Amino acid sequence: MIHFDNITIRLDGFALENINLHIPTGAYAVLMGRTGCGKTTILEAACGLRPIESGRIHLMGRDVTDMPPGRRNVGLVPQDGALFTTMTVEQQLGFALRVRHRPKGEIAARARELAEWLGIGHLLHRRPHGLSGGERQRVAIGRALAAHPDILCLDEPLSALDEETHGGMLDLLRHVHEDTGVTVLHITHNRREARALAQSLIIMRGGRFLEGETARGQLAREEDDA
Amino acid sequence: MGPDGSRPEPPDNPPSSEDTQRNAGARGRPGAGHILPVNRADIPFLAALGVVASVYIVLIAGIVLAKVFYVQLPLVGEVFTNPGYRYAVVLSLVSCSITTILSVWIAVPTAYLMTRVEFPGKRIVDAMLDIPIVLPPLVIGLGLLMLFQTPPGAFVQQYVTFTYAIPGVILAQFMVACAFAVRTMMAAFAEINPRQEQVAVTLGCTRAQAFWMVVLPEARRGMIPAATIAWARAMGEFGPVLVFAGTTRMRTEVMPTTIFLELQVGNLGMAAAVAAVMLALSLIVLILMRLAGHGRMF
Repeated sequence: MIHFDNITIRLDGFALENINLHIPTGAYAVLMGRTGCGKTTILEAACGLRPIESGRIHLMGRDVTDMPPGRRNVGLVPQDGALFTTMTVEQQLGFALRVRHRPKGEIAARARELAEWLGIGHLLHRRPHGLSGGERQRVAIGRALAAHPDILCLDEPLSALDEETHGGMLDLLRHVHEDTGVTVLHITHNRREARALAQSLIIMRGGRFLEGETARGQLAREEDDA
Repeated sequence: MGPDGSRPEPPDNPPSSEDTQRNAGARGRPGAGHILPVNRADIPFLAALGVVASVYIVLIAGIVLAKVFYVQLPLVGEVFTNPGYRYAVVLSLVSCSITTILSVWIAVPTAYLMTRVEFPGKRIVDAMLDIPIVLPPLVIGLGLLMLFQTPPGAFVQQYVTFTYAIPGVILAQFMVACAFAVRTMMAAFAEINPRQEQVAVTLGCTRAQAFWMVVLPEARRGMIPAATIAWARAMGEFGPVLVFAGTTRMRTEVMPTTIFLELQVGNLGMAAAVAAVMLALSLIVLILMRLAGHGRMF
């Protein structure tokens, strides 16, 4: 569960005020909005990467407002993957467990398990350079899921992919959600992505949030206009 | 081929952020950057640019070649056999190496703070970091001399003597070399995607762990050029060393000092021999650093 209780975030010349959001446990939520409307800022606030001015953030019933990112049990997949350039795929997949000082055998087993599941078993010893866009995002998803997070935050994870890869990744994200039951907050401006994945759709328009049927109606109208 | 049907990106795809980083990291290397094809109609324009550029290139080649032709080999031998000259060579090598290590050691945290943290007075600090670069070297030496006349300076000197002593040589070199190392490291940190660090902290790292485990290994690519430029600046540093550490033979004499002293007594041959040794040592260090950085020379 992700619960934003009257959150205000202020940036240079930009403010998001009195945000109230609720995403139920296990839901696949898609947050849509135009470029620059503050979607990523909201996701960063959930992860603990962006300080908030007022309000409370609850994740899975815990008040995490004052918790550092590492203790919130969230996984983050940025737009470009932001893979660790000096590490092999295996090291990336094992990173979260290495930080938690898990035994080496367990780390290696988890990295292999994730790699097989995500279809990147043949890439374990490769470094990010030279991986395709789809492969990079699979590594980033695996890295985020390694320590069994409660919440998976995806920041436009498919925006840099070509059309062919895009379809495959939509299926993959659906599988990831079904297999793990993780609560997902997926940010995008792509209507097709939103339609394919969203169990819970939220649209940001002029500082307001449209949810439920209102949001679906808005999405349908925008698609007709396009 | 990936299970999603994805293949490794063909080379004509837009470069990924890491490719961009790599290109930027390779700045200054022949072929780095974005090469455009040449049309026949472009040739007069490009040739005109080439003529302008070649003036400088010819001058560089000229000073290197002139040195090679002017140098008398027996005098080069004397640089290593004569204890006085040998002392300057050894002191130059040792002091430059210490200066380089100190510079990189200070430059890494300074540059990280400057590129990743917002703090009050940051613009002032940024401007201050340019002072050693823009200030005339002699003025830096004079400033150091005055600093160690003040009560805090005098207090430090009770324990370590800086003025007219070897630590003074190192400090004088460090003052200038470190500023260049900081600027180089700042460029290196700026090229590292900050999202990596953010992902690392969501995965359970503290900021310090993210720095050690993710940022620093990647910043190593920038440490080699930072060390190279610090070493080169330290090797050539003359003004601050002259003013702050003096030109005492067999004491605070580094190779630039030797060249100066030999020229003063009209011994151009010996000055050229020492200069040739400096040139050779600098080239060796440059080659070693480039090998360490890229695993290849060019």
